Amino acid sequence: MFKELCRKAFTRSLWVYHANAGACNGCDIEVIDVLTPYYDAERFGIRLVGSPRHADVILLSGPVTRQAAPALKRLLDAVPDPKLVVAVGSCAAGGGSWFDTYATTGGANETIHVDYFIPGCPPRPEAILYALAVAMGLVPKKAAPEHWQQETLEELAAGITHLKRA
Amino acid sequence: MLLSKLREALICVQAGRVTLPYPYAPHDPPPGFRGKLALDADRCIGCGGCAAVCPSGVILIRDDKPMVRTLHFALARCTYCGRCSDVCPEGALSHTLQFETATNTIDDLVMTIDVFMGPCQRCGRCFPPPTAMDQLPIRGFRMDSECCRVGADMPAPDAAATWAAAHSAPPGGVRTLTP
Repeated sequence: MFKELCRKAFTRSLWVYHANAGACNGCDIEVIDVLTPYYDAERFGIRLVGSPRHADVILLSGPVTRQAAPALKRLLDAVPDPKLVVAVGSCAAGGGSWFDTYATTGGANETIHVDYFIPGCPPRPEAILYALAVAMGLVPKKAAPEHWQQETLEELAAGITHLKRA
Repeated sequence: MLLSKLREALICVQAGRVTLPYPYAPHDPPPGFRGKLALDADRCIGCGGCAAVCPSGVILIRDDKPMVRTLHFALARCTYCGRCSDVCPEGALSHTLQFETATNTIDDLVMTIDVFMGPCQRCGRCFPPPTAMDQLPIRGFRMDSECCRVGADMPAPDAAATWAAAHSAPPGGVRTLTP
């Protein structure tokens, strides 16, 4: 039901609050790029707002540091439901290079529920735009888990191949 | 006042449309862009050089089963630094131009490969072919150590001794900063 509500409520216009939870500012610069006339996120109704109380979407950058984690939780409480959390950059998506350090919690996923992940260090502005387009249902999702398996000697002898050869 | 506004309007009209049609039309990154990792499963020998150099600890190596080594790529925290593809002795890892990796589940950003390995006859552990291991120092197994790079001036064997002799305290005197 929440999903259905999200689909109906979010297809119109996303108001975005940009939160930095310990990012190096690289992802933040790319978020600003998305709002320039060249990439122009505003044509989808995406707007940057100055308060989490006005927002539908939290664009979160940074590996959530231990200092920022309680503040981030309070920020999420201030956002009215239904809300989306988009983790921008490798740090927010999975901790980045700081996934196991003492000062970070290792990605936003450890602290809060994240709806969309955008890996990249920083992600291209197109990648951020793509994630928002996926969230709005404009384009299909392309990422999928991949698995390969090499043949053992017995399988090779039996003529079995697992690998897709081009 | 009005004239300046008109001039501004003229500039805007002359510029035309600058906005990319991106999500509806593809916009490929320039060649050389480091996007999502691609793995040539035929070439991987399971040496683990990529896991050794990865600054984000993306690559996890497990020897769960006999004769099979599993490489697990948690690509959510991949920073696309390109060290793994630099260090791969067989050229199995490469970066594609794919940047559209945004997803709603972190499980989509997982890549695994089961590499068939030669196990040791005595202990049963997997090992990569010795020839490939021999290649690693040649191809720059640790890219951040100067002396191991290809073409770098290798320090002479007695370089350390020479350095120590040049910088050691003069006998019987107090070592000062200014010579």
